[in-house]
Amino acid sequence: MSRLTADNIVRAQDIIAWFPVPKSALIPLLHLSQEQNGYVTDEAMAHIAELIGITSAEVLGTCSFYEMFKREPVGRYVVNVCTNISCQLMGGEELLHHAEKTLGIRSGGTTPDGLFTVEDVECIAACTEAPCLQVNYRYRHRITHDEFDQLVDDLRNGRLDADIPPHGTLARVRQSTPPTRRAGAVSPTDDREPNWVATNAGSTSASAPEGGS
Amino acid sequence: MAVTDVPKVITSRFELDDSYTLARYQATGGYQALRKALDTMSPDAVTDEVKAASLLGRGGAGFPAGVKWGFCPPGVWPRYLVVNGDESEPGTYKDRLLMELDPHQLIEGVLLASYAVGCGQAFLYVRGEMALAQERIATALNEAYDAGYIGKNILGSNFSVDVVLAWGAGAYIVGEETALIESLEGNRGMPRLKPPFFPAAKGLYLQPTIVNNVETLSNLPWIIANGADAFTAMGAETSKGTRMFAVSGHVKTPGVFEVEYGVTTFRDLIYAPEYGGGILGDRQLKAFIPGGASAPWFFEEHLDLPLEKGTVDRAGSMLGSGAIIVMDETTDAVKACLRVVRFFARESCGKCTPCREGTNWLEKILQRILDGYGRSTDLDLLMDVSDNISPGIAWPPKQTTICPLGPSAVSPIASAMLRFRDEFEALIDNAVQSRVAVTVSTKPEANG
Repeated sequence: MSRLTADNIVRAQDIIAWFPVPKSALIPLLHLSQEQNGYVTDEAMAHIAELIGITSAEVLGTCSFYEMFKREPVGRYVVNVCTNISCQLMGGEELLHHAEKTLGIRSGGTTPDGLFTVEDVECIAACTEAPCLQVNYRYRHRITHDEFDQLVDDLRNGRLDADIPPHGTLARVRQSTPPTRRAGAVSPTDDREPNWVATNAGSTSASAPEGGS
Repeated sequence: MAVTDVPKVITSRFELDDSYTLARYQATGGYQALRKALDTMSPDAVTDEVKAASLLGRGGAGFPAGVKWGFCPPGVWPRYLVVNGDESEPGTYKDRLLMELDPHQLIEGVLLASYAVGCGQAFLYVRGEMALAQERIATALNEAYDAGYIGKNILGSNFSVDVVLAWGAGAYIVGEETALIESLEGNRGMPRLKPPFFPAAKGLYLQPTIVNNVETLSNLPWIIANGADAFTAMGAETSKGTRMFAVSGHVKTPGVFEVEYGVTTFRDLIYAPEYGGGILGDRQLKAFIPGGASAPWFFEEHLDLPLEKGTVDRAGSMLGSGAIIVMDETTDAVKACLRVVRFFARESCGKCTPCREGTNWLEKILQRILDGYGRSTDLDLLMDVSDNISPGIAWPPKQTTICPLGPSAVSPIASAMLRFRDEFEALIDNAVQSRVAVTVSTKPEANG
């Protein structure tokens, strides 16, 4: 099942409705398909193209630009080890080599059991917590080699299932406000001045509010 | 100058366990600034207050936020607000904390900016790799909608706006504002040529668009609640208020610190026990990067400079995104330089030839020097390629490219070669000598 499921079509349509132009939903929908299948399949890309009214080639064009979209299967757990400057200074490259050795794969590879993919990645904004890594984009800070081995063991034995969903799932919470309570997407062709701009123009009690409280 | 004791403007809730919840935010003054603005201030008055606070953008370029808002052409609608939460400059770690630990503060800032500028819709673009920030913001948005802070007729007023959460998918270049707009339109994240049109004139869907950084917007609730005067009472010269700095690398207590802007010095941040706590193992400082990987490196003699935008600019670098990366005396300058250059080579979007080709050649040349295959012409070649990306190799950099990514790869090379040229030369001399030795020892015997 590579096209979006019935449930995910409903989610996709809700995501599209938030945006003024359907193509703006493309990256969120690629994430949705990756959440469903673990990677972005050709069939999913074709389906997304149908949903937002663009060509499959345009979908591929965007998809292939971004590092996080995988167009072939990867491990259930994608382990991203940062080797950028702050982590390099604190042993990030050694941690990557340890990960490669422990799992028996090179960066970019996947273990034969399909459980782990290892990647050396660019800065993931945890520079004061070096060396750091992510498993399916969940952070682990200041990781020693022993802690890495423990992490692998925990993942293998399902002890972190509650914290770390399979690859493809990012946020497990979505915006869920029903359309009736939203202000509504504003089309680029809707050139009316927003209500409050004129009506509140004179609402200032003091024309230049002073500081202090 | 020393460590000053000023109120926390944007990190005041960081220590609380439930800092990210609506209940905690409301219990600590949250959404009062929005109420104040809607009840007593016109949109222009909010803009004037932010201008008076001289709030500099915290994303890297340091442009005054209120002035930027004023660049929207009058009478052109709709306008959009785009929040840049694509934090990925190496060494930078602050926006993620603001999104994870105080999402409502950011949302209130988004609402204040939308009200002031007249934005019909706001988009909160969070970096793809930040799953927890996405969850916290989604939860906070749902709570804020339910409580009437977002959506139709906010707090019973005629102000209505949607705030839409969007995620990236892994691309450093999307932190550049026009690339971010491309990404939000569903395209490859490649920057647009500017001038002629900056996003304030033609941005998202070619409509007037304000792109502001997460930290910048997170300052707004405090400024509106306490007034611009209270904000400008802190800081120095052009740098007012407070600012978050991440101190990483070879320090004893790395961390993210909110300090008084323009007053605190690099020495304070690196050595004071409240902050970095000094160099690991009490070793000597070799160099530090003052504002993220794009910034030219600083050295011992720069330690007493205050973290003030104008001062740091004049000294030949930048505060950029508030990232201070400390290298001790054991650091291999060539290796560190290569790592930073490799980052830019990997993240080049490929649109402009000097960057796409140049950064990759810089990486290859540095790699062969480090691997012991350097050539005697390599240092000149590095300079020549650098000059093709950024003519003159000067600061601030000139560019042959649409955006500053390519020239950013030149900064570490110019810095490292300026100060540690001997390390490059030693590696190359060794390589050349060993090749000569191989040639001599394998010459056939002359007596044949």
